[in-house]
Order: sequence, then structure tokens, then C-alpha cells
Amino acid sequence: MFLELNNLLNTTPERAEQGKLTLLCDAKTDGSFLVHHFLSFYLKANCKVCFVALIQSFSHYNIVGQKLGVNLTMARERGQLVFLEGLKSAVDVFFQAQEKPHPLQFLREANAGNLKPLFEFVREALKPVDSGEAGWTYPVLLVDDLSVLLSLGLGAVAVLDFIHYCRATVCWELKGNVVVLVHDSGDVEDEENDILLNGLSHQSHLILRAEGLATGFCRDVHGQLRILWRRPLQSTSQRDQSLTYQYKIQDRSVSFFAKGMSPAVL
Amino acid sequence: MAAVATCGGDAGSAGSAVATASKSNVTSFQRRGPRVSGTNDSGPRLVSITGTRPSVRNGQLLVSTGLPALDQLLGGGLAVGTVLLIEEDKYNIYSSLLFKYFLAEGIVNGHTLLVASANEDPANILQELPAPLLDDNCKKEFDEDVYNHKTPESNIKMKIAWRYQLLPKMEQIGPVSSSRFGHYYDASKRIPQELIEASKWHGFFLPEKISSTLKVEPCSLTHGYIKLLQFIQNIICEEGFDGSNPQKKQKNILRIGIQNLGSPLWGDDICCTENGDSSHSLTKFLYVLRGLLRTSLSACIITMPTHLIQNKAFIAHVTNLSDVVVGLESFIGSERETNPLYKDYHGLIHIRQIPRLNNLFCDESDVKDLGFKLKRKLFTIERLHLPPDLSDTVSRSSKQDLAESAKRLGPGCGMMAGGKKHLDF
Repeated sequence: MFLELNNLLNTTPERAEQGKLTLLCDAKTDGSFLVHHFLSFYLKANCKVCFVALIQSFSHYNIVGQKLGVNLTMARERGQLVFLEGLKSAVDVFFQAQEKPHPLQFLREANAGNLKPLFEFVREALKPVDSGEAGWTYPVLLVDDLSVLLSLGLGAVAVLDFIHYCRATVCWELKGNVVVLVHDSGDVEDEENDILLNGLSHQSHLILRAEGLATGFCRDVHGQLRILWRRPLQSTSQRDQSLTYQYKIQDRSVSFFAKGMSPAVL
Repeated sequence: MAAVATCGGDAGSAGSAVATASKSNVTSFQRRGPRVSGTNDSGPRLVSITGTRPSVRNGQLLVSTGLPALDQLLGGGLAVGTVLLIEEDKYNIYSSLLFKYFLAEGIVNGHTLLVASANEDPANILQELPAPLLDDNCKKEFDEDVYNHKTPESNIKMKIAWRYQLLPKMEQIGPVSSSRFGHYYDASKRIPQELIEASKWHGFFLPEKISSTLKVEPCSLTHGYIKLLQFIQNIICEEGFDGSNPQKKQKNILRIGIQNLGSPLWGDDICCTENGDSSHSLTKFLYVLRGLLRTSLSACIITMPTHLIQNKAFIAHVTNLSDVVVGLESFIGSERETNPLYKDYHGLIHIRQIPRLNNLFCDESDVKDLGFKLKRKLFTIERLHLPPDLSDTVSRSSKQDLAESAKRLGPGCGMMAGGKKHLDF
């Protein structure tokens, strides 16, 4: 969890909002540092987290998590974290026919499938346990990332349906949060990705957009972060609040500063 | 590597255990004795594998790509468990050379090879590998080769600007020094037959494998891809690269090389049409392949003819699903071959993506404009230098040509002041 980002977003693990959909997107850069931030943030907020990690292995998140102060192995053991490792599960589902539907069942299907088994997995993982032992505060679903699902053959509509179901269950029914990452293809014409991104942008309460600098690569400023707060369900005449910061990623943290105020320049 | 008991752990966690060991007493500066793979250190039981070293940044286990200049640009080497995707140049000359360097490095280090191709028999590919330069005398030879044509001029020039004599002669990316980690190869000689026979390799030649009947239930992947994935998985399981064979005390790396993936010879039509029927077969293949690699001690090189793919969004998908992506652009056949701007180079090399493994950020080099040149014994990758304008009578037309070409250089080109407009003084 990056403390500077908490300040910018005006949240702390103790008093974070509930029932929100946060959209992370990156254009021409890698926005995965935001995923690490939210993962450690919600684990520190004592939430029950279901992490659908489709792009990297568990040890990668674990090692970065240790730098940010959370231990994913321990969280998984005590039941706070339910981790779906996409790469490992894909190997399982591909080489052996499964008896019961596997969350990544769509890999075996010839036509564009749907994400119903994945939704069942999420619902099963986040349903409140009645035994009343560990009382986690609220459930959180984290997906990294949704563009992988598009490149594996699913349509944008199937992914939007999946997010809709997840929102209905996690945000509305269980009063939890959903955080998803989508890549923005930028100037490359990717229709499905644009549909997904636009659809999610209209549904989300908070959009964090990591962009590369327009002038290209810079050693001291790794990119620009645009934060947009929205109120999707209320029609208000107020404009959505938007802020832009530039950032530099360091070994254990990310430092944010206003545009042009990089410490290297001052 | 953690203690041998934790078999089945994926390469990432193994790499981190290497990091803890490397911080204690094994550093990369340790004088390497005879390359024994079974050395156990006094600290945690660390079994070092030949031809690998831990990364200084995140402790990930690295193997050499066969090209020390490329290793330097990738932050020390290719991490075990990752995919190196090479976007082929137009006539597949230099990309097949990089492919061969990777395999030759595997033979020299004693790694197991798995070569998959749809158009060439793997046995023939192995016969054509370049010979390694293992003799120290040879290295001194090409050290002089690089510098000798500069010394007479530099002695004459440095009477007035003598301070410049202290600077390095040519700003090369990658020191021309020998290392046990990466080796140099002589592209004009073939690898000695006894090295090939001493090595362990598996070949996958698509026309042979595909003649058998299809006995797997229909998936949306092309038949050739399914066969290749099953073949790779069999090798990994049987030879214990995924740690499933605990009595094997000698761990080794599996180097997988897949040539021309995505070409029509594999049965994939992604290069022929814009939205083919099997348009997601290649991405699913890459996903499952990466899943196999992450859970085993292997590294993979794939060459892909991306210049034939018309769907640019697809290339973005493939890039996101791979770890390291390097693009080659050769000057052969293009008008840049005769352009005086590029006379020192054979082509451009673009590092499109470097993975952020176990870390928040990666080691990107500052230099974005890199050119490569293939000499007989050395494949150099350098920062692209524009040659000085030394002609006596500089005609206006030649200056316009230079200005046009200078515009096409990437935005990271910082050493020439004349970016967009050519100012005539």
C-alpha cells in the first residue's frame, strides 16, 4: 500500500468506502503497481479478498507484497485470501478433462464461451461464512487483468456480464468492493477492448488511469496517473472531480508529485 | 533453489530462495571454479545449475540468451520460466540467428533442448548452430578487431582535444569481455559434431507429428498447437523439470525453441487473414505455454513473423501475453541499406517489453535507439550513432536525405540535437 496514494485518494484502510467498483487502466505503460497497492490495502483493511490473478504467478505477488508489508502466504493460509492462479489452473484445465466445471472452463471451448464458472468460483469464495470465527470486514474482488480474458477468445459482452454479476453480488449484496484492471490499447484499433473499457468506465466509482508520458520514456518520471471520481448511479449536475499526478516507482513505494514538480527537475 | 524437498514449487519462489542465499555468501562476483552443478554451499542447501546466475535486482534465476549484448539489455539475462518473443525481421535472417544463438548457448551449458519447427527438421537446425568461441586467444583477436581501425586515427586526432582520449572509444552497450555466463559464437563456423552428440535434445517437427490421428477432444486450438503443448508437457513431466522427480539430484534447465510460430505452416491463419477462424488459438497457446513454463525450470524463445499479421490489436495481445518482446528490423532490401546514415549497422533492434518480475519496476535501459551489426565473430548491439557529416562539399540534396532519415528515429534519440528540423548554418 502506497501511503502517498492513500493520501491522494483520501482513504485509509480503516475507513475505506464500501460497495464501490474501482477501474484501473493503463495506456502505454504498466499499471500493475496499482494492483499491488490495492491488494495490500485491502489485506491490511482486514477484508476477505478474492484475487483472480490471470497474468502472473502467486510468488510474484507474494514477493512484491512482502515489500509492501503483507504476507500473502499467511493470508492464504488463514483464509483471508482466496487466490486463483490463472497460469497454473490453465495448465490443469487444458491437459485433463475436469469433472466439475473449472473456473477457466472457457479455455476448452471452441466457441466464445461465458464466464459463468468463474463467477460461481468468485461467489463461492466470497460468501460469508456463518461460523463467525474470523470476522473479516467486507469482501473484495480483485481481477488482474480483464484484457487477458479478451485475448483468450471471450467477447467483451461476456466479460461485461461477468463484471455485472460480480458487482451485483459483491458490491450490492455483500457490500464489498470490486477492483479490476483493463489495458487501454490506445491508438491500436481494438474494438472489443474499447467496448469493455467504455462499459466499465460508465459503471465505476473511481477510475485510476496510468499513462506513459506523451514525450516518451523518462528515467525520473515513469508516468502520469489520472484519478477520476464518479457517481454512476446518481445523475448530478456536478462535474466529476479529476486530478492528475506524475509518479516515479521506486523499490518499495511510489512517489507522486504534481506535473512538472519532479524532484529531479527542481 | 530451496531445499530439494520442496519439489513442484514454481521457478519464481525458487528464484527468491536463490536471492536469500545469494545475499548470504554466493555473489555473482565469486570466482567460478570448475563448473560443477552439484556444489552445495555452507548456507542453505543451494544447488547451482550450470549456465544460470541469480539476478542482482530481484534474485530471479537467469539464463543467457546466447548474446551477451542482449543479456545486458534485458537486465542480466532471460529469467527462468519466461518467454522471449522475437518479432522476426522481414526475411527471417537475424531472428533465426538469435534463435540459433539461444540453442547453441544451451548446448555449451549442457542444458536440455527442445526444438520445435514446422518447416525445418530440428536435426538440421542443430547442425547449423554456430560454433562457440571457447578459446581465450580468439577473444583477444576480436577485441583488437573492434578497436584497431580506430587507434591510428585517434593518435593523430588527439593532439588538441586530448581530454577526449580519456573517454571510452566507442560507446558500446555490453562490454566486450569474456564471461562464463554468456558465450560468443562464430557465425561462419558450424558447431562441432561432438558437442551436438553430447547434448540432450528433443525435436518436434510438425509434419511428422501431425500425421497421427487426432485423439484429443476438440478444443479451439489448432491441431499443431495442441500437439506441441502435449509434447512439451510430456518432456517436462518425464524429465522432471517441474520438480516432480525428487530423486534426480542434478537439476537442469530446459531450453525450448519454437520457430516461426503463427506462420501458416502451423495451421494458423492469423498471418493470412485479418479475422480468421482460429484467431485466438495462438493466444491460448501462449497462455498455456507460459503456465507450463512458470511451473518448471525452463526458458523459451519464440520467433514470430509479426510483420505478416495484419491485425495490430492481435500483436498487442501477444505482447501482453509474453514476457520479453524484442523486435528486429533489418535493413536488407529496404532503402535504408544504402542510406549513409545507417552504413555501420545491419538493422535496428527494438526492446518492446521487459517483464517486471517480483518487482514493482524493471531495469529499462535509457537507450531506445539500438542498432545491431553482425560481424563474423560478434553480434553487437549499440546505441545508434549518426555518423558525422565529414564531406567537404556538402550538397543540399544529401543534407535533405539525412534530415528525412533523422526524423524517423525514435523520440528517445537524445544525442543528436537536430530532431525535427534540419538547421543549416
